[in-house]
Amino acid sequence: MDWEVVIGLEIHTQLATRSKIFSAASTTYGAAPNTQACAVDLGLPGVLPVLNGQAVRMAVRFGLAIDAEIARRSVFARKNYFYPDLPKGYQISQYELPVVGRGRVEIALDDGTTRTIGVTRAHLEEDAGKSLHEDFQGMTGIDLNRAGTPLLEIVSEPDMRSAREAVAYARKIHQIVRYIGISDGNMQEGSFRMDVNISIRHPGETRLGTRTELKNLNSFRFLERAVLYEVERQIDVVESGGAVVQETRLYDPDRDETRSMRSKEEANDYRYFPDPDLLPLVIDDDLIEAVRTELPELPDARRSRFQSEHGLSEYDAGVLTASRELADYFETVAEACGDAKLAANWVSGELAAALNKAGLDITASPVAAPDLGGLLKRILDNTISGKIAKQVFEAMWTGEGDADAVIEARGLKQITDTGAIEKIVDEVIAANPGQVEQYRGGKAKLFGFFVGQVMKATQGKANPQQVNALLKKKLG
Amino acid sequence: MSLQRSDVEKIAHLARLAVSEADVEAYAGELSGILDLVAQMDGADVEGVTPMAHPLDMPQRLRPDEVREADQRALFQSIAPLTQDGLYLVPKVIE
Amino acid sequence: MHTMTIAEMARGLRDGAFSSVDLVRAFLDRIERYNDGLNAYITVDAEAALAQAEAADARLRAGDATPLTGIPIAHKDIFCTRGVRTSCGSRMLDNFVAPYDATVVSHLARAGVVMLGKTNMDEFAMGSSNETSFYGPVRNPWDTDRVPGGSSGGSAAAVAARLAAAATGTDTGGSIRQPAALCGITGLKPTYGRVSRWGMIAFASSLDQGGPMTRSAEDAALMLAAMAGFDERDSTCVDRPVPDYAASLHDDITGLRIGLPKEYFGEGLESGVADSVEAALDEYRKLGADLVEISLPNSHLAVPTYYVVAPAECSSNLARYDGVRFGHRCDDPKDLEDLYKRSRAEGFGAEVKRRVMIGTYVLSAGYYDAYYLKAQKIRHLISDDFRRAFEQVDVIMGPTTPSPAFRLGEKKDDPVTMYLSDIYTIAVNLAGLPALSLPVAPAEGLPVGLQIIGDYFGEARLLNVAHRLQQATDWHRAAPGGFE
Repeated sequence: MDWEVVIGLEIHTQLATRSKIFSAASTTYGAAPNTQACAVDLGLPGVLPVLNGQAVRMAVRFGLAIDAEIARRSVFARKNYFYPDLPKGYQISQYELPVVGRGRVEIALDDGTTRTIGVTRAHLEEDAGKSLHEDFQGMTGIDLNRAGTPLLEIVSEPDMRSAREAVAYARKIHQIVRYIGISDGNMQEGSFRMDVNISIRHPGETRLGTRTELKNLNSFRFLERAVLYEVERQIDVVESGGAVVQETRLYDPDRDETRSMRSKEEANDYRYFPDPDLLPLVIDDDLIEAVRTELPELPDARRSRFQSEHGLSEYDAGVLTASRELADYFETVAEACGDAKLAANWVSGELAAALNKAGLDITASPVAAPDLGGLLKRILDNTISGKIAKQVFEAMWTGEGDADAVIEARGLKQITDTGAIEKIVDEVIAANPGQVEQYRGGKAKLFGFFVGQVMKATQGKANPQQVNALLKKKLG
Repeated sequence: MSLQRSDVEKIAHLARLAVSEADVEAYAGELSGILDLVAQMDGADVEGVTPMAHPLDMPQRLRPDEVREADQRALFQSIAPLTQDGLYLVPKVIE
Repeated sequence: MHTMTIAEMARGLRDGAFSSVDLVRAFLDRIERYNDGLNAYITVDAEAALAQAEAADARLRAGDATPLTGIPIAHKDIFCTRGVRTSCGSRMLDNFVAPYDATVVSHLARAGVVMLGKTNMDEFAMGSSNETSFYGPVRNPWDTDRVPGGSSGGSAAAVAARLAAAATGTDTGGSIRQPAALCGITGLKPTYGRVSRWGMIAFASSLDQGGPMTRSAEDAALMLAAMAGFDERDSTCVDRPVPDYAASLHDDITGLRIGLPKEYFGEGLESGVADSVEAALDEYRKLGADLVEISLPNSHLAVPTYYVVAPAECSSNLARYDGVRFGHRCDDPKDLEDLYKRSRAEGFGAEVKRRVMIGTYVLSAGYYDAYYLKAQKIRHLISDDFRRAFEQVDVIMGPTTPSPAFRLGEKKDDPVTMYLSDIYTIAVNLAGLPALSLPVAPAEGLPVGLQIIGDYFGEARLLNVAHRLQQATDWHRAAPGGFE
C-alpha cells in the first residue's frame, strides 16, 4: 500500500541574549547549579516579570528573515501545569496572539529542486529549569539556572513529506537563526531542540491522519532516524489492522526506536489565560525598521550574489554560505586578493581540509582571512607558485608569520631572472645527455623529467612558465 | 450550576490539592454556591464587547538586556525545605 | 503621643519635643498591652524598630528628614520585608523569611519610617473579616466580638487602636476600604499602577493595589507620597510623576460635582449606614458641592465578575507554593504528586482552597469562554459605566459597606454572604480606579465609612475632598473606647 507521510516541526531555539527574558539574571551556560536563578526565576512570592527588549528584537529579526507577518500587538499568556523544573507552576508563553505570524522558508532537495515550507507562527516564551536524575538521597535535584532563558518556538505547517525534508527544513531554520545572530544553535547545550509531529495517510487524502509527537530531538541525525522509525512503526500499526494513537513518544537513540511516554499520559489542561503581570507587547513601525537595518544579508540572497557577483558555481556558493562566518571569511579573502575563484578554491579546499583535520570552526582558524588573502596575492603576482603557496600556508598555520614573512624567511621567492633559470637549464641538459638523446629521438614524455630536474635544482622556486619556455627552446 | 464529586476531584487534582473523601461533598456544595453567584453574569449582554484583561490601557515596557542580578543562592536556599549541592530536592521524578 | 496624627508627630520630632525612640517606645508599650486582645500584629520586632528609630533621630538631627522620618508604622504581612518573616497570614509561609524588601517597604524606609511589625490579615488577602488568617482572627477595637473587616484587618485594627501611627494595606476587592470603614479609619486604594506591586505577594495581579491606612486624609497624603512612584521591576507600574498630595489638601471644593449612584443606595443597605452617609453628604452640600444622582447600571454584575477574575488569577498565582523552594513542605512525601498535594492541602486554609479550585475550574477546558472570557467582557462594561459617570461628575460617593462590622463567626461558614459585604467596593478594582473610605458618623456605636471614588490618577482630588470633610467634622478623631 502507498502511504504519504505528513510532518510538522516545532523548534525551540534559545535566544542569545545576555539576560533572561523576564529577569536580569545571566543566561551564561554551565554555571554552578542555581547560581544564575534570581528571585524572579525562582518564582519567590511577590516577584514580577519585566520583558527583555532584546528578546523581542530578536523575534522580530527572525520574523523578517522568514518574510513573516510581525504582530503589532501580541499577548503573553500563562500555561499552567505543575512540574519541579517549572518554578511558578506556569510557563509564560504566547498563545492566541504570537509575535511572529505566518512566514515561509525555502529548502533545497537532493534532486536540485526547492520546496517552500510554511511557518505557522513563532512565539516568545521562557525556558524551564533542569531536573537531574542522578541519585541525591534517592531524590531528583532541580537546577533552575536555565529557567527564564528566552526561547523562540518556531512552529511549521505540516508541509514536509519525508525525513529528508524534515531535516532540510530543520537545517534551514538552524542556519537562519545562526545567520541572523539570534541563537548560537548549540545543540549539545540544548539551544536548538526539535519536536516533530508525524502522521501518515493515503496519497490524495486531504484530511490529516492521527499524529504522534516525538519530543526533544537534539541532532539532525536523530531527527532523521526518529522520523524513519516512527513512519515505519505507524505503517506497521495501520497495515496490521490497528490505529495510531495520538500520543507523545520518546526517541531512544541507543535502541534506535521510539516508545510511548504513557506513564505521563494524563489529559493536560493548561488553562491558558493572559498573564496579568504583563501588558500587551506593542511593536511599531520604528522598531520593525530599526530591526530591519540590523538584519544581515540572508543565506539564500547571499548564495545568489556569490554566483552572480563572484562567478561561483551553485555548489561552491552553497558551501561558502553555509554559515555567516564562513561567508564573511570568504568575502574577506576574495576582497584581499582580488580573485574570488581562487579565494573560493582555497577556502573550500586547503583551508577547509586543515580546519577539518584540526577539528576547528572557521571562527577559530589560525590563519586569518586577510592573511590568506595576502598569500593568494603572492600567487597572483607570481612571487610564488601555487605549489609553494601550500608550503607557505602550512607555515602560516603553525604561526610562522604572514605570507611575506614566511616567503622571506624560507627564501621561497620565485626565481624569475631568465639568466639564472637559463643557467640551471643548461646544467640539467649537460648532466643528462642520455635523456636528451631519447627526447630528441621522439620520446616527448621526457619533457616532464627535465622540468622536474630544474625545479628540484631550484627547490621549486623557478617560475614554471619560464622553465617550460627555456627547456622547449634549448631541447629544440 | 452544581458540581459533582467527580468535578471536585478533577479540579482538586489539577490544582494539586489533597482533598479527603469526607471533604469532597462539602466542597461540591460550597463551590456550587459560588458558581450560582457567578451565574448572575448570564443576564449580561456582552455582544460585541471586547474583553478587558487589564485596567491599564498601556503597552508592555521593554527592559534593556543587561545582567543585574548577582548570585544569591546561599540566601535563597537558606529558606528552602531541602537542598543538596546547590540543588533543590524533590521526590524522584520518573521520566 | 499616640493620639497625634502623623503631621503632628512630625512637628514634635522636628521641634525636638520628643524623639523617634520615645515615640516608638510609646507604641511598643501599647502593642505590648493591647495586641493580645486584638491580635492585630503577627510579628513585632521591638529591637529592630528601636534601631530604626535611632537612625531616624540621627537623620532628624542632621536636618535630613522627610515628613515621615521617625514615624512608627506597621506593614501588612503581605509586603515582603528582608530578614523578617512574611507570612501572608498563611501556614504556607509561616517559615518564609523574605530575602528582599517590597518596593513599598523600601520606599517608606527611604523616607525614614520605623517599622513596628507586620500586621495580621486574611490568608493571602482572601477574606472580608480577617477570620481566614492562620494566626487567628483580628478583633475590632470598637467591639471585640466583631470583625475588623478584611483582608487588611490587622492594619485597620492597629491604626484604629493607636497601635501604629499608620499602616500599609492592599486592596483587591475592598481589602483596604472595607476594614477602614469597619474600624473607623481612613483608607485609600490608589489607581491600579500608581503603587508598585513588587514584593507585594500576589492574590489577583490585575486587581491588587497597595495603599495607606491612616487616621486622616492628611496622613494618607503623606504616606501615599512616599509609597507611590515608578518601579522598573513592575511592568504594570506607571511612569508618571507623583503629585504633592499634601499641597492640594486644602483646595476649595465649591462647585465640586458629586455623583451618587442610585445602585449604591438601594436594597441591602442598612438604614443606620444610610443615615450616616446622608449626614456626611449634607456636610458636602454645606461645603458648596453639587450632588447629583447617577447610575452605574452594571453594578450588580461586579461581585459575580470578580469571583471569576480574582479566583482565576489566584489559582495561577498560588501555584508556586509547591513545597520545593520555600514555604511549607509536608513530611515524608511518598512521591512528587504527594509532595504537591499534601504540602498545598496542609499549607492553605479553606477559603484559599475554595478560591484556587473555583479559579482552576473557570479556566479549565470547556469553561474558559463561559466564565473567564465573559467576565473580562463584563469588566469592560463596568469600566465603561465609570467612564461615562466621570464625564458628568468629579467624584462618586456612597457607603463603603452595606452594614457596620458584623460579629465574629457570623458569616464565616457562608462564603457567598461574606462575598456580598464587598458589594460597593469591588467594581472599583475591576475598573482600576482610585477610591478612599473615610469615617463618618457611627451607627449604633459602630464606625461607618463613606466611600469616595475618583477618576484615574485622581488621588490628589480624593484626598482633598476627604480632607475638607475632616476639617469640617470630628468623626475621624473618634477613638474606640478603651484605646484612647
